[in-house]
Amino acid sequence: MPQHDILVIGAGLAGQRAALAAAEEGASVGIISKVHPVRSHSNAAQGGINAALNPEDSWESHAFDTVKGSDYLGDQDAIEVMCREAPQVILDLEHLGVTFHRNEEGKLGTRAFGGASAARTYYVADITGQAILHVLYEQLLKHDEVVRYEEWFTTRLVQDDDGRIAGAVCRNIRDGSMELFSAKAVILATGGNGQIFNPTTNALICTGDGIAMAYRIGAPLMDMEMIQYHPTTLAGNGLLITEGARGEGAHLYNAKGERFMEKYAPNKMELASRDVVSRAEQTEINEGRGFPDGTVALDITVVPKKRIHEALREIVMVARDFAGVDITREPIRVKPGNHYVMGGVKTDVDGHTPIEGLYAAGECACVSVHGGNRLGANSLLDTLVFGRRAGRHAARRALGMSMPQASEAHLADEERMIQEIIRRERTGRRVSEIKAELGKTMDKYCAVFRDEEGLTTALETVRRLKEEAKTVAIDDKGTVFNQDCLGALELQFMLDNAECIVLGALERKESRGAQYRTDYPERNDEQWLKHINITRGEDGTPQISYSPVTITRWEPAERKY
Amino acid sequence: MAEYTLKIRRYDPESGEPAYWQSFQVDLPEHMSVLDGVLQARNTQDGSIGIRCSCQAAICGSCAVRINGRTGLACNTKLSEAQKTARDGEIVVEPMGNFPVIKDLIVDMDAVHWKKVQRVVPWLLPEGDPPEREYIVPPESMIDVTQTMACIHCGACVGACLALEVEPEFIGPAALAKAYRFVGDPRDAQTEQRLRDLAEDPHGLYECTHCFACVEVCPKGVAPMNQIMRLRRKATDDYGIKDPNNGYGHEKAFVDLIERYGTLHEAQLLPRSYGQGSLIRSQIDPSSIKQLAASLPTAINGIKSGKVSPKKALFHPKLPDQKHIRRIYKEIHSKDERLELNLYIVGESGEQEGAMAEGSQES
Repeated sequence: MPQHDILVIGAGLAGQRAALAAAEEGASVGIISKVHPVRSHSNAAQGGINAALNPEDSWESHAFDTVKGSDYLGDQDAIEVMCREAPQVILDLEHLGVTFHRNEEGKLGTRAFGGASAARTYYVADITGQAILHVLYEQLLKHDEVVRYEEWFTTRLVQDDDGRIAGAVCRNIRDGSMELFSAKAVILATGGNGQIFNPTTNALICTGDGIAMAYRIGAPLMDMEMIQYHPTTLAGNGLLITEGARGEGAHLYNAKGERFMEKYAPNKMELASRDVVSRAEQTEINEGRGFPDGTVALDITVVPKKRIHEALREIVMVARDFAGVDITREPIRVKPGNHYVMGGVKTDVDGHTPIEGLYAAGECACVSVHGGNRLGANSLLDTLVFGRRAGRHAARRALGMSMPQASEAHLADEERMIQEIIRRERTGRRVSEIKAELGKTMDKYCAVFRDEEGLTTALETVRRLKEEAKTVAIDDKGTVFNQDCLGALELQFMLDNAECIVLGALERKESRGAQYRTDYPERNDEQWLKHINITRGEDGTPQISYSPVTITRWEPAERKY
Repeated sequence: MAEYTLKIRRYDPESGEPAYWQSFQVDLPEHMSVLDGVLQARNTQDGSIGIRCSCQAAICGSCAVRINGRTGLACNTKLSEAQKTARDGEIVVEPMGNFPVIKDLIVDMDAVHWKKVQRVVPWLLPEGDPPEREYIVPPESMIDVTQTMACIHCGACVGACLALEVEPEFIGPAALAKAYRFVGDPRDAQTEQRLRDLAEDPHGLYECTHCFACVEVCPKGVAPMNQIMRLRRKATDDYGIKDPNNGYGHEKAFVDLIERYGTLHEAQLLPRSYGQGSLIRSQIDPSSIKQLAASLPTAINGIKSGKVSPKKALFHPKLPDQKHIRRIYKEIHSKDERLELNLYIVGESGEQEGAMAEGSQES
């Protein structure tokens, strides 16, 4: 039974940062990832990372922009923590070797980004996530005292008899063997759940594993209805075109050639917050002013060509390879696409969940710093600030406590569960069929514009699919790299996530941030300035509760861009 | 929509059976990728097909395979493009070369890729304590290393490397390109040590045969071979590190002979190469004399076949307008800095808009 003080599940930015922080405190650390760490979806983040590093800028300004961006659902104490720590995060990364872009004086350079009152986004061309992820992985290679379990799939969390976290059960994907990992604390850093929607910018691995595992042992999920639709994704395959393009000056046009953001956000135009821009685009499309394929146009040709090749080199390739468009010569067709979940496992500012010893950081967590809508370039920051805090806090708690007892029975249960899936006779639907129906349903009823009828249909569908998933049969009966079996497990995680998302959306009878209800189009601070929590009850059904939003300095005001 | 046949190389390590081919019919729009095809086969026909994949957007680096013999990412290879080089109407999909196969299209990258990357000490080694704020570096240097930073560790270059096929201990294109990311970073203080280490390794910097295979297959424009050449230039020009293959001497000999004669003076080429470019050194340097003696058979053959005659060896004609060629050399030598055209920042139809100036002494 492998034993570590701290077990980190997920090796993206948040997970790697947490592991390094815990190791620095002297804890023994194991980090588990179902893919090789550099394949984590953090590598797809393009645009940049925010910090008020410029002496003319202030963390208060960054914090206010974040609060306003969240449509006042963000917890201001957590936001203050994040924005205060941001400048040091950037400097630490630069010292480790991240190849940030520079201005003419050789100092760190910035670009403009959505919802920001000052240019405070630091970047590496448009591969910022990849650059930071790789540099952190290099540090993990250097600190080989952190044990890496690469290509291990976590199936469930384990608690001791007192309900404290005691570890997790994981499967070695390469040979199918399973182990019960024993730990004093588990830090979930498993990322988002975008695969629930089709299309999505998210990778195939983004199936909400950690969110579901936490939910299943009774941790509350918060603000699950807050799903971000990114304004500029490619039609059909949902690939991401970075907000950085608009930061460099690109314009949005409808089919009539109008720069329509003037109507919706006359001040910030294309750089309003993402929910505002996505709703604007969707409105144009729904009202018939979009192109026949349900898109609008993003015109990057206004940016000087040399700048495009320097600072947007990745999307030059994406546009060329996946859309056949040369963005230096013609506009590219885009539409809102599923991208990020603001909600997740509820934590405090140190990443601790209400379940003792269970931590969460990054996209899978909800502190909440993003509230109803996340500003671009705040997610990379979130992962690093709260990854570090969770790692540090978990390590300090672990030192001086004894190892909780994890029962081997959990391992036997998981092995039995997987054997059952592998041996099952084919009577039900295929995994891919259920997943396809789920993706279409969520995209139709739980997207930019929602209403009671659509959400109710979605809930019924999700519940039916949950039943069908119980009899799903797979083809691969082997033990080596049985990806078929993992697909069946991921499907169940996805359905748990989806149910909570739809329930949250039904419950919140107002429009705030990314949630827009056509039947409740106004923001209603009196009744709904609160978080919606969903916790699995004793009887296995989801229970709804509320928690207040922490307000420190900024009273909720009207939100205009 | 169009129908395609994917011929996938299967291998089940638990079966005890060798690898075998299995063909799948898939029906997809032409602009979709080979990965989409494999996934459709997996989702609807045979869930046991093994392939690593995640982002479907050429950024995670998981899905490198060989398609019709050519290494690349499955997710950014269009079915319609792959069909053009299909064999007997089938798109052949196999695991990458140079790596041991775990199952189907999944290979083991630990020893052949990750160990080699670790070999080049892939973390920044700055001098002393970090400054209060950021290190100050020239902006072009960060743009320059962004090219190698763009490497997604897909392993395609490693899979396609011809030198690796013959010599599995070669450090390889990916690891060497990663080494440039640090050598080219002004904040790293171990430049000379890194270069020396890689140059002196018998399977290091000079084992690349510059076949361009890695440049062709890299999905992110990292151009590993170019990075290797830059490492070599830095090693010899800036630090005088000896090149065990005489490549440096050979290049210098070529360049000097053209300056002098306008055409290649074959008889002088060999001795100058061994003498690190100098005819005089070639006759006094002991290792050069050794190599000259060893090439006596070649010289004799040259005379026998008429390629070189004693007369030609002594009197090589100069071009009538040799002074124009000399003018080009004078122009380049007069510059303080070595100008390197980094073709990754290009203008319309290939005109170079961006040229990377590397501060180094001209030799």
